[in-house]
Amino acid sequence: MEQGSVDVIDGKKIQEKYLREEMMPTIFCDGCGIGNVLDYTLWALEREGIDMDNTVFLSGIGCSSRLPGYVDVDALHTTHGRALAFATGVKLTNPELHVVVFTGDGDGIGIGGNHFIHACRRNLDVTVVCVNNFIYGMTGGQVAPTTPETKKATTAPYGNIEPPFDMSKMAIASGASYVARWPVNRPSMPINSIREGLRNRGFSFIEMLSPCPTAYGRRNKFRQIDQMWEWYAEHTMLIEDYEMIQRYGSEEEKAGLQDMITMGVLHREEKPSLSERIRRLTAEVMEK
Amino acid sequence: MNEEFERAKKVIGGAKQFIHGDTAVSYGALLAGCRFFGGYPITPASEIAEQMSRLLPRVGGTYIQMEDELASIAAVIGSSWTGAKAMTATSGPGFSLMQENLGFAAMSETPLVLVNVQRSGPSTGQPTLGAQGDMMQARYGSHGDYHPIVLSPNTIQETLEMTIRSFNLAEEYRCPVFLMICADLGHMREMVEIPQQVDLFQRKKPKVPRDEYIPFGEGTYGKKKVPEMAIFGTGYHTYVTGLTHDEHGFPATDDQEDHDRLIRRQIEKITDDREALTDIERRNLDDADVAIVSYGIASRSALEAMRKAREQGKKVGYFRLKTIWPFPSHAIEKLSGKVNKIVVAEMNLGQMYHKVNEYACCEVSLASKIGGEIHTPNEILAEV
Repeated sequence: MEQGSVDVIDGKKIQEKYLREEMMPTIFCDGCGIGNVLDYTLWALEREGIDMDNTVFLSGIGCSSRLPGYVDVDALHTTHGRALAFATGVKLTNPELHVVVFTGDGDGIGIGGNHFIHACRRNLDVTVVCVNNFIYGMTGGQVAPTTPETKKATTAPYGNIEPPFDMSKMAIASGASYVARWPVNRPSMPINSIREGLRNRGFSFIEMLSPCPTAYGRRNKFRQIDQMWEWYAEHTMLIEDYEMIQRYGSEEEKAGLQDMITMGVLHREEKPSLSERIRRLTAEVMEK
Repeated sequence: MNEEFERAKKVIGGAKQFIHGDTAVSYGALLAGCRFFGGYPITPASEIAEQMSRLLPRVGGTYIQMEDELASIAAVIGSSWTGAKAMTATSGPGFSLMQENLGFAAMSETPLVLVNVQRSGPSTGQPTLGAQGDMMQARYGSHGDYHPIVLSPNTIQETLEMTIRSFNLAEEYRCPVFLMICADLGHMREMVEIPQQVDLFQRKKPKVPRDEYIPFGEGTYGKKKVPEMAIFGTGYHTYVTGLTHDEHGFPATDDQEDHDRLIRRQIEKITDDREALTDIERRNLDDADVAIVSYGIASRSALEAMRKAREQGKKVGYFRLKTIWPFPSHAIEKLSGKVNKIVVAEMNLGQMYHKVNEYACCEVSLASKIGGEIHTPNEILAEV
């Protein structure tokens, strides 16, 4: 089968293989993108032939952090924002394990910001799949560090007055070795990016722009899912096109880049992971 | 196993060493099989991290300095679930920051050891000076109902030995264990004999196949209220959450009975063994009219106060708590039936005093000292 193509029958087999039947149905609302993100992750695991006996999923708190509970795997559903710190202990204790972390925008860069930048800096060998829905969904729609300016939230009833964080840029600046971003309505690219993330020996960050009709959409005219798709279409641009316009575009085209969210593989770099550095140190010191 | 212990002994070096309490902690940890340390610098506990960063790589273990204390204890919990004996060390401000994840450790029944080298608080307080101000925080610092095990030594030798005991208890009871020392013990040097052999408790792991394993139910071949713990990566697919969970580990957040059953078991696994966990040093209590109850560094002044009182012909006895929590309520009850008065000597404005008062049927008075100094024996004597 070709990379990225989706087979419905196989999709069912994948669900049977990876999900915990007894945990269904999920807690997610209609139109939520988190299910898609889980689906893409499972496809990526399947395509990479990852042994689930040798895999640990971690998460913090929030809607996206409920994902590991639906997967038949060792999982640590931790405290708000701290999943990467827990993951550090897991990975360093058994570097052979595949470690996958699910997080959201509030969990990952709000309360978990400090852990996020340091896990990137260390190039901790984990794959982070981040559901960015621009809002605190589980608590009912409070403004997040990623909420675009002027968008409304229960705690920003007149519109958000703060500038939002660009999580992927933050990851690159902090030292992550693989960073990709995709909206959730483009199935094959995220699957490929998660696969690449799983293969990368280092910190892999896959940011998924994902709709939250319940907490974000209804206050911002995105209640219908196709309204959100439209917004993604208008506000995202492939990194290659973005860079091309930056270089060769007209002034008008360049002006259009403002507030544009780049998508694609944003960064790729070969460098030693934290586990590798520790292994080298241990080998060196134990010989003495 | 034996090979690992021999390697630890070799890395530690001389069988008799003149070391301070922080070093004793690191030696004890190494001998107990600790192979993961996640920490963050803080006075007066930093020397434990320094020692562990030197020692752990030499026994194949992992040291990591995390970005803050929240992360340190989180990494320790992750490591423990991945099969290592894991620890951190901190002092008051860091201990406060760790409370959230310590609640997670209690809820997820994660074995870990935390050494608190106490300093004067609240807040930044007196960073370099000792105190015993975190005794109640050790018991009740996180939200909700839970029960850690808390120990307190009073010599450097005992600090080393109690560190080993802390790891054994953490593994046996699947709970956080706190070793409470203070800046004075942490930085004081005494001659210490390195144990040449130790008994180590091996974590109980499931022996049944995956579909029969109940991760948060009853233990099947160890203690009944302590379930076996499957290590990540061994094929058991355990779901571990801080949410109230059923015995299979899955969220059960709106059922009163599920929560009641889970939390009571987690607490009773400790309190059912209250007598077995009790560890008390008693001196001159047979004929005593007054007993001085103390623990940690303050007990060294209490011992001297007792000796002075005896010299003066006063019938004073010495009662030292080595296990702080679970509180030895039965032993305090019994003691208070034999003496007319109990004096609690501690370096705070009254913490364990309240607990003693709760169970004693005699007069209880408090000899407190704060400000980073240990009581003089006379200050304790004045209360006797």
